[in-house]
Amino acid sequence: MTTTKMSGANALLESLEKQGVKEVFGILGGAILPVYDALCNHPRIRHILARHEQGAAHAADGYARASGRPGVCFATSGPGATNLVTGIANAYMDSSPIIALTGQVPTTGINSTYIIGRDAFQEADIIGITTPITKHNFQLRTPAEIPQTVNTAFYIATTGRPGPVLIDFPKDVQAAVAEIDFTSKIDIRGYKPPENPHPLQIRKAAECLAEAERPVILAGGGVISSNASDELLTIAELLLAPVATTFMGKGAFPEIHPLSIGNIGMHGNPLANKLLLEADVMLAVGTRFSDRSTGNTDTFCPDAKKIHIDIDAAEIGKNIEVDIPIVADAKKALAAIHERLIKQAKKNTGSAWANRVKEAKQLLNRQSEIAVKDLKPKPLLQTLRKLLPENAIATTEVGQNQMWAALYYKALKPRTFISSGGLGTMGFGFPASLGAKVACPNRPVVDIAGDGSFIMTEQELACSVIENIPVTVIVLNNGVLGMVAQWQRMFYKRRYMAVKLGTYPDFVKLAEAYGAQGFHVGSIAEFQKAVKTALKSKVTTVIDVPISSEEDVVPMVPPGCGLNQQVGDY
Amino acid sequence: MENGKTKVIAALVENKPGVLHSVANMFRRRGFNIESITVGHTEQKGIARMTITVSGDEKTLEQIVKQMNKLIDVVKVASLEPENIVTRELALIKVNVPDTKTRSDIINCVEVFRGHVVDVAPEALTIEITGTPDKIDAFLNLMKTYGIMELARTGLTALSRGTRSIRIDE
Repeated sequence: MTTTKMSGANALLESLEKQGVKEVFGILGGAILPVYDALCNHPRIRHILARHEQGAAHAADGYARASGRPGVCFATSGPGATNLVTGIANAYMDSSPIIALTGQVPTTGINSTYIIGRDAFQEADIIGITTPITKHNFQLRTPAEIPQTVNTAFYIATTGRPGPVLIDFPKDVQAAVAEIDFTSKIDIRGYKPPENPHPLQIRKAAECLAEAERPVILAGGGVISSNASDELLTIAELLLAPVATTFMGKGAFPEIHPLSIGNIGMHGNPLANKLLLEADVMLAVGTRFSDRSTGNTDTFCPDAKKIHIDIDAAEIGKNIEVDIPIVADAKKALAAIHERLIKQAKKNTGSAWANRVKEAKQLLNRQSEIAVKDLKPKPLLQTLRKLLPENAIATTEVGQNQMWAALYYKALKPRTFISSGGLGTMGFGFPASLGAKVACPNRPVVDIAGDGSFIMTEQELACSVIENIPVTVIVLNNGVLGMVAQWQRMFYKRRYMAVKLGTYPDFVKLAEAYGAQGFHVGSIAEFQKAVKTALKSKVTTVIDVPISSEEDVVPMVPPGCGLNQQVGDY
Repeated sequence: MENGKTKVIAALVENKPGVLHSVANMFRRRGFNIESITVGHTEQKGIARMTITVSGDEKTLEQIVKQMNKLIDVVKVASLEPENIVTRELALIKVNVPDTKTRSDIINCVEVFRGHVVDVAPEALTIEITGTPDKIDAFLNLMKTYGIMELARTGLTALSRGTRSIRIDE
């Protein structure tokens, strides 16, 4: 055993470096000072100073989703740690691998009141607080356990169903010097993520799909997490099965592919919501069948045979009863089904269904072709798509902007559409865009924003300018908290309460105050010009686009209704 | 099994701080009901055994087992088949004893139930009784007539019958 003598703080940074960490997002404070002191000597780890810990957590999340590698964020004890909570909960709901490291008051010390458990200054029980919103959490008690704990944390965060892991790091343990062994192995007997699918289940699934007359594939976020898009495409083309995605699955399948039918759900593409309900066999991959996806579960394809692939056994049968469960990595399961299918004689009944899909698609395209030159979300987002390269990354805020983006902005590749699906965290998109840009510095990153969401984390403009992380923010500015205003309009007899934001701030002036550039645009032509300028620019650009406060996101499945009860035109 | 009946889950968990918290937290957050929980060391080093009785239908039970399995520090979980287990609970009961006649009546009851008197005071008896929860309930019903001054029940603990066991392969 070879050991090296060093402080806990240095052992942490060494361990992170061994995990391939090159960037961390964070804000320091008293209880994490030894770690920041050690960062002085670690030029290979870039620290990006966020302006609020929530921003740091979202940036780590955006980094993870864009790159597939875990994102790391640092915060101090107490309020620093609790400010991370929204970001951690967000990553948990969307199964995003982030590592949150928090400072903590000391475990022992000369000043016996400044220790854990005595309600010391800036003490918060972050382990207790984050237990239900992390995949796992640790509190370090000795420097010697640091390498193994860090390795275990990364292993847990990135394997199986990914998710956030928090490491709480008391200040005395950061400062303590000890002999550190970096060769320790991961040893967790209570965690064995499933990988390979059961051959019997694969056979059943392949037989079921081969017999299907109207197969539909439903791809969730798990397809993206497991990098299974190629396998998905192969199987869809073999079966000639239309592919719907959940909101989290957006990007798993190229949305310009002839078999793509878009998102399902409350604000799903009418094509997806319609054709899914006509299926006789559904192959659902990496989805938890969230309420926003399924609508009323009683009318969610009650007669279709359902094959459900998920790496998390607890998702099988949790929200929807399924016929053929497959607990496995999506990539491996899809490859196995495909292999089985090509050996099997497929019943040749696909052509009627393929024609039905084609015709339904053409009909929708004709209906929605009406050219709109106004500053409306649909033409704006379609224009944006045309201006961006295929590999550009779009993040979104939460609310109407997000649902318009889901409906009208076509994602062409996995990990190019990043949004807060499960938790619905306003303020996610902008810091996430910074994380995505750090992960993919050579690709354009655009935050499709609303005014209400953007102001929740707008202070990260300072981070983006000073740390030189240029992104483009498109503020669909309607002066209201649009989604809730829409619900008040639709379900509360237009009794508007607390939704009007007014005309402040001036987003151009705001951008300029932070050293970014801003443009007001008044037409599609001006919008095009502004986006082009932004893409060429080396500084973050905020484009303020006024839209009507009365604009609804439609189509919509009203709450409690089935996907067949969608109202409004695409 | 019928809806709402009590079921027994056995879990082998890492004997570390915070494990009980994460298990209890999961139950609370997902709206599962714990009726009783007992925790203790096992024959395997570093492993504690939790015996949890819950109420709910089959689907709920399945979710509980799956959600427990997701917890990193829970190494093994099984829902025990009610017809194939032995279950025990221990209760300590302090009963009011106003006179000698009552004292001998109570002691007779204790003998019938194969309990023990573990402490005697001029006006009280402390009784230890072990058995299935039903047996303890029956004994408590009897003692109510004398007046129960204090009661502590351990909650249920259980093992499978025969050679079947839940173990962690080392």
